[in-house]
Amino acid sequence: MAESAEKMKTSKIIDKGIEEGAANLSSKKIEKVIHDVLQNETGARLKTYVETCIHCGLCSDACHFYLSHDKDPRYSPAGKVKQTIWKILKAKGKVDADFIKKACEIAFTECNLCRRCAMYCPFGIDVSYLISIVRRICFKLGVVPQYIADTAHSHASTLNQMWVKDDEWIDTLFWQEEEAADEIPNLRIPVEKQGADIFYSVIGPEPKFRSQLIYQAAVIMNTAGVNWTMPATPGWDNSDMCMYIGENEMMGRLKKAYFDTAMRLKVKRIVMGECGHAFRSIYDQGNRWLGWKMPPIPVIHAIEFYYELLKEGKIRVAKKYEKGVTFHDPCNIVRGRGLHEMARYVTKAFTREFIEMHPNREHNYCCCAGGGVINCGPPFKKKRVEGDRIKAEQLFAAKSRGAETIIAPCHNCHGGLEDIVHHYGLGMEIKFLGDIIYECMEKPESMGE
Amino acid sequence: MDTTELKLNTEEKTGMNDSGSWDWKVDKRLVANISHWKEQFGYMEELYVSPNGERIAAVVKSDDMKFSVCENGKVWDKTFDKVWYLQFGPDNRLTCLVSDMGAWTIAIDGEPWEKRFDFIWNTQFSENGKDIAVSAQTEMEYFAVLNGIEWEKKYSVMTNMVMSQDGAHTAAVVQTIPVGAADIFKFREGCFSVAVDGNPWDINFVNVWEINFSKDGAHAVAEVRTTIYDYTVAVDGRLWNQTFPAVWKPRFSPVNNSVTAPVRKGDSWMLFKDGRQFWDQHFSQLWDHLYSNDGNHIAAIVAPKFGRWTIAVDGRPWSLTFGDLVTDMVISPDGKKVACVGKEKDFWSVVVDGRAWSEAYDMVWKPVFSPDSQHIAVKVEKRGYFYLLVDGKTMEGEFKVLFNPVFSPDSQKILVKGITGNPDEENYYRQVIRLSDIPG
Ligand code: SF4
Ligand code: SF4
Repeated sequence: MAESAEKMKTSKIIDKGIEEGAANLSSKKIEKVIHDVLQNETGARLKTYVETCIHCGLCSDACHFYLSHDKDPRYSPAGKVKQTIWKILKAKGKVDADFIKKACEIAFTECNLCRRCAMYCPFGIDVSYLISIVRRICFKLGVVPQYIADTAHSHASTLNQMWVKDDEWIDTLFWQEEEAADEIPNLRIPVEKQGADIFYSVIGPEPKFRSQLIYQAAVIMNTAGVNWTMPATPGWDNSDMCMYIGENEMMGRLKKAYFDTAMRLKVKRIVMGECGHAFRSIYDQGNRWLGWKMPPIPVIHAIEFYYELLKEGKIRVAKKYEKGVTFHDPCNIVRGRGLHEMARYVTKAFTREFIEMHPNREHNYCCCAGGGVINCGPPFKKKRVEGDRIKAEQLFAAKSRGAETIIAPCHNCHGGLEDIVHHYGLGMEIKFLGDIIYECMEKPESMGE
Repeated sequence: MDTTELKLNTEEKTGMNDSGSWDWKVDKRLVANISHWKEQFGYMEELYVSPNGERIAAVVKSDDMKFSVCENGKVWDKTFDKVWYLQFGPDNRLTCLVSDMGAWTIAIDGEPWEKRFDFIWNTQFSENGKDIAVSAQTEMEYFAVLNGIEWEKKYSVMTNMVMSQDGAHTAAVVQTIPVGAADIFKFREGCFSVAVDGNPWDINFVNVWEINFSKDGAHAVAEVRTTIYDYTVAVDGRLWNQTFPAVWKPRFSPVNNSVTAPVRKGDSWMLFKDGRQFWDQHFSQLWDHLYSNDGNHIAAIVAPKFGRWTIAVDGRPWSLTFGDLVTDMVISPDGKKVACVGKEKDFWSVVVDGRAWSEAYDMVWKPVFSPDSQHIAVKVEKRGYFYLLVDGKTMEGEFKVLFNPVFSPDSQKILVKGITGNPDEENYYRQVIRLSDIPG
């Protein structure tokens, strides 16, 4: 008998991408797609995880969804696996369209692929890998939440996340260069400078909504005397929602364009802005799907870069940021790359009072925006902030010890934390590390001073 | 997209130049004292040199903070609100994109086109440099402009504009059907196509990426997807009869207009020709393939296994592989040699026919073959200085800036274009050296 969604949590959220995507799915098609994915794209790892898990539940307390839903087992990592991939395996792919809809909602909006649970499992089972397989199946069936699907289509059409057109990108760079040159005379954003040491790469939302970050990066680069460049071609965006919807082929296309751009510009390193998921895409998943064990051109995250500039004396502290700050460790660059101590070194250098939130470093709770969850858009916003009540409690505790500002060096974390701060009325402000550095660093004498 | 090849190369373009008419007298000639430029301008961007080495130029700012171009020490009379993308064409003309009061155009040897646009970018040259095209936008409509003449038809979206080698045609990916915000189902019906000289093919695709023209410019090929899962190749708007989970950029054979493309099958990659398997071998990765001039050989960058990179010629991979990357592949004019750049553990090397030259560097540029295919010259960088290698030997002298070398038409001499000296006395020299004079 086909496994149906009866015993799964029922959701009242209507998402066009899920509903219409599943509307014409036949059981036969579902079974075939599942069979193809399991046969051709998974192997020993899935088998080992499934056979090893003893359902002990030690991973439960790792998950912010579980903690935020009063320890409802359906939100535990193993619970989410049980409701999705285990059922699929048990039913040998004989599941119906309703089941796929529910599995899609769980996989896309109830797991941030944050990998916190993997640290708590005695066997190191990576639930995010299992959930990713569910997402891949959903993608292959055409059942993907509308907003993140649209983002993936933007990636496919423009090679960036935000439907930014080729000329809009270049024009934004010129505009930011012009603005910043008012502050620092002769400041330059060097476009297409072949042979520069560094290719500075950002994500789609920067030219679209947060162009001041490009401005600030330009000020930091110019002050530090870095030989850098930004491309005038697609390939400038390092973000990747295709990775999160299971559209691996497009993830590969994006990363090829990205690294081809770096190779064409003959740079020695890539420095990427303050983004977490993009780091995962260029450092782990996208590069490897293409056949590169490591990024072909070394990639460093903004945190490592700031740390290096500070250590080498290329940027200096002019004043300390006055308000008490706490630091939110983004999953992909802390659990994924171990940048937490460098981040603290830079943060402490530029701030007067540093207050740790608890837990912290690799044990920090996810912002609940990552893993593409925030990109599933407005239909799931309420569910997302409610799924991270524990984060609000964690932030509130830091606030009660004096933290007014949260530093979060990741775009998704920013979006997620803003929603949490607003929803729970925490009254804290959120900044990028670059905001603080820009505000507090020594700058070349400004015009007219 | 294949960005390694024709888009926005900031090095000078050497295409099919008329190098026979250049000055090939064995000589070292001072063209410009760059230190003087630096004293003169508070703001000066990086330098660009013409293929024949006679002209050197940089974007500079004048005292009134307007942009201009300094060429061989002389500043253009005209100034602009912005100047960027300085490019010498294969015929040694100097182009750049300029704006005044928000209106953009291209200036060629200092003379702007009459037409103005809301934005232009992506300068393209024909092989001989006589024809110039740009991508343009005016009032949110997109089109290509070839030698000052706009496409009649305009589009709401246009990307990946390319020009045929002979300069007669342009083509680009265009959006043909409007899609509302986040209308994912409309998008999946296929709303993009290829426009050649502004006219769209009579077929739409979900997406189109790289486009290539045949050698004679009469045909165009593109990598497309027809659903969000099915990728294939479209030649003049006609699809191959097979689809694949992924494809990379297709190319025409230079002799018979057959089309080849790397395609993915299962978890490996193969080379297909006209919709059928062409190479027997499967690779963990296969991309950026090139034809020899006579069309008899194809070389491609491949990963024979995960994490190891090399070149396969006619399907056979070299035994030498690299862990980091392989890039900048070139085939000699006679089709008998293949050179590329490989990187292992952050060290870059020159590789010719599967053998690496002895030393490794901090960076290696694309190798240059002599017209008779007997010599190879490569620009390399070590500890902040640039050197020229010829046939595996390092030529005397270190450079602060070095431009890609050019061999004489008879392959007996090499043109070296570089800047040497100390900060007070940085000079740009154009030097012609007889290859037989290079100490062995
Ligand atoms: S959200 Fe994080 S902790 Fe929870 S199940 Fe997913 S990966 Fe594990
Ligand atoms: S994933 Fe690990 S911790 Fe969680 S239930 Fe299974 S064995 Fe226990």
